[in-house]
Amino acid sequence: MKTSRRNFIQQTALFTSVFTLGFDWFESKGAAMAIANEPGRFNAFLSIDSTGKIRLYSPNPEIGQGIKTAFPVVVAEELDVDWKQVEVLQANLDTQNFERQLTGGSGALKHSWERLRKAGATVRQMMMQAAANQWKVDSSTCKTSQGFVLGPSGQKASYGSLATEAAKITVPSTVTYKDRKDYKIIGTRVRGVDNRAIVTGKPVFGIDIRKPDMVFAQIVRPPFGATLKSFSADDVKKMPGIIDVVSFKNKVAIVGTSTYEIMQARQNLTCSYVSDAPLESNETHQAWFDAGMKSDKAIVQRKDGDFAKAISEAAKVIEATYECPFISHSPMEPMNFFADVKPGSVLLAGPTQVPQPAQKAVATLLGVPENTIQVELTKMGGGFGRRLSNDFALEAAELSSIIKKPVLVMWTREDDMGGGTYRPAVRYHFKAGIDANGNITAFYLRGVGLNAGNSTRQDNFPAGAIDHVLIESVDQKSAVTTGPWRAPITNFLGFAEQAFIDEVAEAAGKDPIQLRLDLLARVKSNPVGKITYEPDRFAEVIRQVAEKSQWKKKPGVHQGFSVYYSHFSYVAQVAEVQVKNGKPQVTHVTAVTDCGEVINLSGAENQVKGAIIDGMGHAMFAKLNIQAGVTSPTNFNAYRMIRGNEVPKIDAYFVDNGISPTGLGEPALPPTGGSIANAIYAATKKRFYKQPFY
Amino acid sequence: MAITLTINRKKVSLDIDSNTPLLWALRDHVGLLGTKFGCGIAQCGACTVWVNGEPMRSCVLPISAVGNAQITTIEGLDPAGKHPVQEAWDELDVPQCGYCQAGQIMTAAALLKKNPHPSKQEIVDGMAGNICRCGTYHRIQEAVALAAKKVKK
Repeated sequence: MKTSRRNFIQQTALFTSVFTLGFDWFESKGAAMAIANEPGRFNAFLSIDSTGKIRLYSPNPEIGQGIKTAFPVVVAEELDVDWKQVEVLQANLDTQNFERQLTGGSGALKHSWERLRKAGATVRQMMMQAAANQWKVDSSTCKTSQGFVLGPSGQKASYGSLATEAAKITVPSTVTYKDRKDYKIIGTRVRGVDNRAIVTGKPVFGIDIRKPDMVFAQIVRPPFGATLKSFSADDVKKMPGIIDVVSFKNKVAIVGTSTYEIMQARQNLTCSYVSDAPLESNETHQAWFDAGMKSDKAIVQRKDGDFAKAISEAAKVIEATYECPFISHSPMEPMNFFADVKPGSVLLAGPTQVPQPAQKAVATLLGVPENTIQVELTKMGGGFGRRLSNDFALEAAELSSIIKKPVLVMWTREDDMGGGTYRPAVRYHFKAGIDANGNITAFYLRGVGLNAGNSTRQDNFPAGAIDHVLIESVDQKSAVTTGPWRAPITNFLGFAEQAFIDEVAEAAGKDPIQLRLDLLARVKSNPVGKITYEPDRFAEVIRQVAEKSQWKKKPGVHQGFSVYYSHFSYVAQVAEVQVKNGKPQVTHVTAVTDCGEVINLSGAENQVKGAIIDGMGHAMFAKLNIQAGVTSPTNFNAYRMIRGNEVPKIDAYFVDNGISPTGLGEPALPPTGGSIANAIYAATKKRFYKQPFY
Repeated sequence: MAITLTINRKKVSLDIDSNTPLLWALRDHVGLLGTKFGCGIAQCGACTVWVNGEPMRSCVLPISAVGNAQITTIEGLDPAGKHPVQEAWDELDVPQCGYCQAGQIMTAAALLKKNPHPSKQEIVDGMAGNICRCGTYHRIQEAVALAAKKVKK
């Protein structure tokens, strides 16, 4: 594979012996890259110094998705070095040299695959050229292996010994990538680069930040929809360890020297709140769902054919309503963030999925230039979308600017669960029409969401396979703050769609797998409207999961099927339920995933299994109540998280097709609720229409 | 009034409120940050440490109740960080985000100390008190079994 020269620009560095190469996205920025100051830094992603030290820089925030390991694997593969010899470093926010330095949308590998390969392959080629010059041979007669260039007559030179000369080489006009059959690292099981730090308890998370003169703070936030009227902090300030109590933006911050002292003092704080409108409760939300379902102001998201006519002519009509509550992200590490606002410079540090927007938002908040704000990235104790919001970073910056001290704002679990940016609550209503032959002729979906935006994904399968489709959404504004939650919208919509199609298959008298395959064949031969998925890849994961799960070939085992396309990846699942002591128990889930090239098999399995457990746990147990703007429960004693004794066996398989990699942090979650609910139905004839199931 | 604790075989004197939970004493006053805060109400296990070799939830254990007991944290589990459980955790690539793993490891190591040859069900039951939001449960269970094999050798 070749790539053209115009994708590269060459930039001279301040150090004469060092060249840096940037990718085309740097071109517009013009200025020399800051990293050019580092001898041996060949490009944003890697440095090789003359002692042979190879450092790979991983730019994206690590949240547990394994990107800090997967990105360097790609670079190391194309650079052709021994994985054991490389050191991987987390890059801080660096808008000059990196692009899309964020964690969200399962998009990192899809975006960066080519860039990472280029970063490695280009330097490999420069090493070969440097060696060829030294040996006075043509570089095409040289090869590389494990960090060495090998010459035609048995010459051998390490990358380290060539680094200084290689840095002077003109950036190659074309680079050659490895053939995937020659991969030594990609596709193998690579251990997480931070495993040793984790198992020995090294301070790598935001909550572990300690800076000179740093103080701690906790913030009391108002109920959703309420305004802080007054507060009494006299009894708080008297408490030991308390430095200050300040208020900003409806919040009261207690600043102190230690976490426990702040927690104690906080109990003495009294706040009174007012609100213009009645504060929201579960009942409010139910009434809004009812109204949204009747509303004549729905936005049409997709329209194929004439749904109204087709449904009136259908031999059979199936209808169902599905509903999910607000749920919390509940990462194990509660929100926290560090800020040190000084005249002329701001340091932000902590767990955020989106460091650049944090920089921008803080710049706006404080009225300071973006380039005076440094953002250090820490490892994140999970996030699941919660750390996309940056409310915690803004609070920390604002508080630091008020108290003029470096501060770590800590959220308790109650703060975290009670003050979330929740998965929006949504109600869906589906209708499908079937003709006399059991073919689906009409399909309708209305989603009514609370702060959900478009709560549908209008182009989702089976759209494209049915002549008459109408998809509508209604968004109801709520004071309850919401945000993306792992696989936004589809984390519940996936369940609803896949459970509904199961009902339709039953009504049509068809096997649920065959029904999907028939519909996908229809998409291939005679597609209706816009198609966003590839029917062949869709069908392949379905066929493979049917085979691997021995679909309908296991006596005494009740199976449920689902399949979902999201974040450009395809996941098919078969869940198995056995009835033990009269209770259905999910015993096994088989998943087949097509995410293109699997970079790190170990990490990929982790993502699939983790997403299935996440999807299953939240589908079965998670529910938040809202009463007068206040959330309950707010801790794990009543907000039930799935535990290790509740998880089924999971087999995760991947389609081996060598297509460029796509997302994997989220795609295995959306189909999970459906496969499990459909299996429980197979066992008990009871369908679930609401999450949580129990 | 100063309280003297024995943490990872070292005496540490702390002049703090004796009601302070051990978790916050470790994190905010001793500077041992490996033990994690998850829930504060002994539900998730992220803060698990050993007190005289017994796994305890440090978030609800006031330092006044610890007395002269030996406290072991993740940092002190093995001087070289090569406890069989730590080795197994790395080998099977258990961590995803990694935040709960110190607590998981302290629970697992205590389990194996008491029961060096646990059955599969004993491992599942023994680890059920620790929440992992990333869902690393299968590998946690496999790693405990692997660590048990390593101990046997």
